[in-house]
Amino acid sequence: MTVNMTKGQAISLQKSDGGTLTAVRMGLGWQAAPRRGLFGSRTREVDLDASAVLFADKQPVDVVFFRHLVSDDGSVKHTGDNLVGGAGSGGDDEAILVDLQRVPVHIDQIVFTVNSFTGQTFQEVQNAFCRIVDETNGQELARYTLDGGGQYTAQIMAKVHRAGGGWQMTALGNPANGRTFQDLMPAILPHL
Amino acid sequence: MTAELVRGQNHPLPDTRLEIRVSAGHPVVACVTCSGEQGTVREEWVAHPGVPAVPGVEVPGRAEQSPRFAVDLAAVPAEVQQVNVLLALPEGTGGPDRFGATAAPFLAVSGQDGSEVASFTITGLDSETALVAVELYRRQGAWKVRAVGQGYAGGLAQLLSDQGMAGAAGTAAVIQQAAVPRTHRAEPARLTTAADAAGAAFGPDQPSPADCALSGGLTGPEAAATGTPAQQTPTPDEAPQMPAGPINYAHPRRQSAPPPPAPAAAPAEPGRPAAPVAGDASGWSMEERLYNQVWGMFEDLARTVAAYRSAVEFAESRMDKELDHVLSDPRSRIGSTGDAARAAARAKCEQLTDQARQALDRDLAQLTAESEVVEPALPPAFARWDNPCWHAYRVPMEVPMALRLGDLHLPESPELRIPCLVRLPLERGLWVDSGRSSSDAALAVDEAQLRRLATDSAVALAARLLAVYPPGEFSVHAIDPAGTAAASLAPLVDSGALTGPPAAGAQGVSAVLAKLTERVDLVTMAVRGGAADALPSDLDTGEQLLIVNDFPHGFDDRAVNQLRYLADEGPAVGVHLLMVADREDATAYGPVLDPLWRSLLRVTPVPDDHLADPWVRHAWTYEPLAVPPGSDVLRQVLTRVTEARRSWRR
Repeated sequence: MTVNMTKGQAISLQKSDGGTLTAVRMGLGWQAAPRRGLFGSRTREVDLDASAVLFADKQPVDVVFFRHLVSDDGSVKHTGDNLVGGAGSGGDDEAILVDLQRVPVHIDQIVFTVNSFTGQTFQEVQNAFCRIVDETNGQELARYTLDGGGQYTAQIMAKVHRAGGGWQMTALGNPANGRTFQDLMPAILPHL
Repeated sequence: MTAELVRGQNHPLPDTRLEIRVSAGHPVVACVTCSGEQGTVREEWVAHPGVPAVPGVEVPGRAEQSPRFAVDLAAVPAEVQQVNVLLALPEGTGGPDRFGATAAPFLAVSGQDGSEVASFTITGLDSETALVAVELYRRQGAWKVRAVGQGYAGGLAQLLSDQGMAGAAGTAAVIQQAAVPRTHRAEPARLTTAADAAGAAFGPDQPSPADCALSGGLTGPEAAATGTPAQQTPTPDEAPQMPAGPINYAHPRRQSAPPPPAPAAAPAEPGRPAAPVAGDASGWSMEERLYNQVWGMFEDLARTVAAYRSAVEFAESRMDKELDHVLSDPRSRIGSTGDAARAAARAKCEQLTDQARQALDRDLAQLTAESEVVEPALPPAFARWDNPCWHAYRVPMEVPMALRLGDLHLPESPELRIPCLVRLPLERGLWVDSGRSSSDAALAVDEAQLRRLATDSAVALAARLLAVYPPGEFSVHAIDPAGTAAASLAPLVDSGALTGPPAAGAQGVSAVLAKLTERVDLVTMAVRGGAADALPSDLDTGEQLLIVNDFPHGFDDRAVNQLRYLADEGPAVGVHLLMVADREDATAYGPVLDPLWRSLLRVTPVPDDHLADPWVRHAWTYEPLAVPPGSDVLRQVLTRVTEARRSWRR
């Protein structure tokens, strides 16, 4: 059950068998812009970054991004910075893994964002996508295509939040502008 | 002109009569298969030790170190498109069981006049036991040779079935049986090549030269006998002439085959975490697995506690904020609304703290269960002194990957001890701080006791290092200017584990320091100049440890500088410091010594929280490894070390 989201669509997700999610992965994939001109090495490379911000009662507590790859409690892990994107392979170039069972008890929301570190808007990148995968069975829960997304350099992708005894996910797909997650904080807060 | 071929390269053949020589350094089975239009091999086109000749091809009748193939391409059937030259390791001879453990086979193709046309060294083999060395193939009416070097781990059977041969396994078994006959022949089989045959003097029982030519004569029974003339002189009672102890070319310690799988945990009951097992981590050996598992436990404990602390901290800060809010609200000042709000804020905080505590307890229970199975499984270098493995101690033949310096724990879980492992060889010196720190444990003992404890733990650390190194690869020197550590050093002195008696007085200090400085100088120069063989022959190149007690008493400025030099340059060339000192004693030197203290890893003789982990920078409490009271394990171990050293020198 993959949901192809459109801009601004918000959906609640649960596992198809009615259970709650225990581990999710936010995957980000894109392709470098085509080479132009004689000097191939001066190709305009695109560096997109995936980040996850951990909130406790609407206050940011921890953040996982390319300079802090594992949250202090070890529950959220970034697989590492990719500066150039994939060669069109279609796989995740950056991924953030969340072990929901190990998330500290006071964390109630985790927001995933995507930023263009090199400043290109999503109009200029090719085959960029962002998806949320249920890590326990590899099933894709939501996918958002970023290219042609307009004059934006960032996107607030989705949030997972506590609901009852388990977790739920809401896809946000809200466009924004910013180089790293810090620039996005004002845009994130309304979604909490 | 010889063409040295690489894999995949081809080369034209000037002649149809060829000789292919192989030198493998160990007996190999030589076979030839011919394949037709569709690339499949027919059974009657296989030349092997059991059928040493087929039209146009002749192979040796048994496994040989240097088999020779004779090929007459003009004589092979017209439908043959390709002639494959195969090599396989004979089975059941006690020789090497894979090509990776042998010298790379070398193969040379020469023409009728003996001139070499092409050669090929088959490198990069590993677990293969059979391989296609080269193939000779028709190309627009002419023949060419191509270097193939394709190995098969499944042996001849897999190779032949890959060539499309029906009954490959059976043929492979026949070949292996023929290659290593039950009765050993002392004289290696000689092969009659076309050139030999043409120029040979014919004996009365030899067939006519015309029959002897490859084109026809070698298919008959006489020819088969000519192929293996040594069959007439079997010497069954002679012991097989295998080379004494086949040389294994594999690197003794480098493993390329995957290591045995980690011990699997028993399947977990539903809803409960799996029972922990020792060695449940990645690694090439059990030691590496345990090392990684200990680090995994260390990281998990650090992160679990970080989660707990941040949750509690958040709960308290939220409660403070809510209480402030209640206080600043004028409406709450009168009546019971304020009390109710305060109680609600406190209840919220307690609830979150309880939840955090539950999560922490769950994780700690899991880690404690893991620690209970890991601790008994540790090898001596990773184990506490009270571990039974120290009583069964034997002097090792290899340096372990790490050494346990002590235990680490956090205030949230004082019972859960994580081994504090450092990699060997040491990257920096050690400093046992005999000074009074602010910890409770340090305040409970008086100064003299603390100094005694410090020298004791330094001696225990030195003994550990001596014990985990192979004999003769680690030596310990001691500087004890005033003789205050004599009682602590007694186990090292009595067992003879020290290189010499502890150096006393200013003269002794400078003599020891001068000797070690010279060693560091020489080895550093030799390493930088790339002239390691120019070192004096009497120089001990093993690792050295210098125990320095009572610094800076007995040290003049020159000695202090030498000590700093040893701390900076020593670890790179295997000279390490183990200082027992109180930083307060050396305050007269001012900030000059700060780099020295910083370059050493500080440990304490009593539990003290001064070590930070690399993930969340908790302050961990370090606790030294104490020898159990009344235990003689230290002396026993040291005695074994000195015994082993003596017998090793002999």
